[in-house]
Amino acid sequence: MPSGANDRGQLPAVVARGVTKTFHIPEEQRHTLKERVLHPRRKVGMRHFSALRDVSFEVPQGQFFGIVGRNGSGKSTLLKCIAGIYHADGQIWRRGRMSTMIELGVGFNMDLPARDNVILNGIMMGLTPREARRRVDEVIEFAELQEFTELKVKNYSSGMTIRLAFSVAIQVDADLLLVDEILAVGDASFQQKCFDVFNRMRDAGKTILFVTHDMGSMVRFCHRALLLERGDLLQIGEPQDIADRYLELNFGRTAQGASEAAPDERAAVGEARVVEVWVEDETGMRLAAVPQGEHVRLRARVLFNVPVEDPAASVYVLNDKHEAVTVASTESMTVPTGTFAAGEEAVFSFAFDNVLAPGRYSPLVNLARRGTGLDVMDQFDSGFSFIVTATRAYGGVVDLPVEVAVERARDRAGSSAL
Amino acid sequence: MSVTTYTPLEPMYSDLGRPIKGPQALTSDWRRFWHLTFNIAKTNWKMRFFGSFLGYVWQFIRPLLLFGVLYVFFTKIGHVNGTVGAGKDYGTQLLAAIVLFTFLQEGTMNAVRCVVDHEALVRKIEFPRMVIPLSYSLLAAFNLLGNLVVLLVFALATGVHPMVTWLEVPVLLVMEAILATGLGMLLSTAFVYFRDIQPIWEVVLQILFYASPVIITMYTVQKNLHGFLLKLYMFNPMAVVLQQFKHAFISHTVYGAAYYTGGDKWLLVPIGFCVIVFVLGFWVFNRAAPYVADNL
Repeated sequence: MPSGANDRGQLPAVVARGVTKTFHIPEEQRHTLKERVLHPRRKVGMRHFSALRDVSFEVPQGQFFGIVGRNGSGKSTLLKCIAGIYHADGQIWRRGRMSTMIELGVGFNMDLPARDNVILNGIMMGLTPREARRRVDEVIEFAELQEFTELKVKNYSSGMTIRLAFSVAIQVDADLLLVDEILAVGDASFQQKCFDVFNRMRDAGKTILFVTHDMGSMVRFCHRALLLERGDLLQIGEPQDIADRYLELNFGRTAQGASEAAPDERAAVGEARVVEVWVEDETGMRLAAVPQGEHVRLRARVLFNVPVEDPAASVYVLNDKHEAVTVASTESMTVPTGTFAAGEEAVFSFAFDNVLAPGRYSPLVNLARRGTGLDVMDQFDSGFSFIVTATRAYGGVVDLPVEVAVERARDRAGSSAL
Repeated sequence: MSVTTYTPLEPMYSDLGRPIKGPQALTSDWRRFWHLTFNIAKTNWKMRFFGSFLGYVWQFIRPLLLFGVLYVFFTKIGHVNGTVGAGKDYGTQLLAAIVLFTFLQEGTMNAVRCVVDHEALVRKIEFPRMVIPLSYSLLAAFNLLGNLVVLLVFALATGVHPMVTWLEVPVLLVMEAILATGLGMLLSTAFVYFRDIQPIWEVVLQILFYASPVIITMYTVQKNLHGFLLKLYMFNPMAVVLQQFKHAFISHTVYGAAYYTGGDKWLLVPIGFCVIVFVLGFWVFNRAAPYVADNL
């Protein structure tokens, strides 16, 4: 390989090589000189917290690069190291004019009105005072805060503050924009506005590093992404892969005995008992988090205490509002379920393509004698639940596989002329 | 998505030039450095008097008020004229000393908290950290200029005539500014680690106020301290600045600082002290700058 330049012959916008950041936190807070003087020999233990360990990556110019990870994974620390706010071990290279928006702000002075803050921040980011003053109106207009220019920033709502911060950050025509959790606040219309700006910057060949929790927007906008977990770089790759891995990390893909029903006195009393309920994938592995779109089976193991002929089992999949999103029953089977002796066990399976909307679901299993399904032998609702994960949530109860299309209505103008 | 096929190449790090250094005290972009210092000082000044004309007037009145109280007490009520050595120009000398001392007091007291008070900036944006303490020295200098105008009017009204030695005044002000800025850098760094620096410094300033020829005149000091003790007294840079200012600005009947130190060469000690404080302050601040954001 000849050099670090990409196929267009440009040097990367950001390169990190072995970036490591360790915070030294005193175990005991000693904030006064008095304590230091009174107890000069007492050693304070230091806790060393590695926020980042040997992180290396590069971002070519013109790329929209996502940085994701759970809370405390080191995303923001990484961004601060690249921004030059933290001193990190290892090496970081950066190219072009940079603009940052870290921790929902750009360092506003809360006691100053918006106008002064915008000017001051412009100068901070490298504009001359004249340039900064010239752009104030534009910035405030973009933030939609024209009526509040003389209001102190401390009286702003969080949405207003972030709008102002974002407008300030994009005003300097940076080649490299570092953004931290911009979408956490702000209403939908402003989010759209942000994305319009991102798109415009992307088309103009600017580089954006984007820290987020929102996998949907990450997949939608980023070219590539990086996943951090507890300071380690887990994966760099396609946004969709990173998003899947992130969701896995969050919910843990495989279940760990969470489905076992608490043993109780029902076993002795009831005629039958639902022993456990679980969800498994096609290979039979039990899941706590079920990715959307996967073909999965919900299964219930039942122990019969008395001989039962053709028992009926129904499963109610309840969402977190306790609505039954879907109900399935053995009643729909064309063949009888069979006869079971006392002490025998049976496993009921309900296989389906997972079209459930992302969220938490608790299945409720109802076991009844043949017939109306009202002669209930046992009901299982002991708290087993599973999570459906997806990279985006549109807000429906289920996400059916919908084919979406648009076509031009034929000759509308012509027909209305008739 | 046009660039999704990008595959990371093994980078030749040597092609990339120099890596970034993390937060620094200074920058190579001096224009930005100055713009920032000036504008932070300006906004802080504006903020202090935001929407209040009286606030601004108060800035001038404060030293005058202190002056009034001290003047009336020592010359009219306490009748301690002999003790303080109050002569013909005592009023002007007192006001001059208060104005100059206020500069040091204001500059350092504001600087103590400055890095911590600008936490939002330090934690969120990359900029040369030295801008913060410097902007507070500059802010104190704005106020000093205003107060000097008041002093000038007062001096002319009480019969002080312009002299060639007024040219010494800027030099003395620069010496004091170097001291104040050096202390500002030291104190602001220390405050990040020791939060009781602020009250401690307040006490030190009080001691310095009485240990410098503000109320008392050198005439009286000389009557009580002799030989090396007098020299030692004059090793306090503020004693030199105040005394030389009185000599150069108000009247040559007041002896200059060199008279009390016993020769010009001894002035090098207090001047050297200012330089050392500045260099030390810079060194400490510069060393701490990359890690200040971690410790806030």
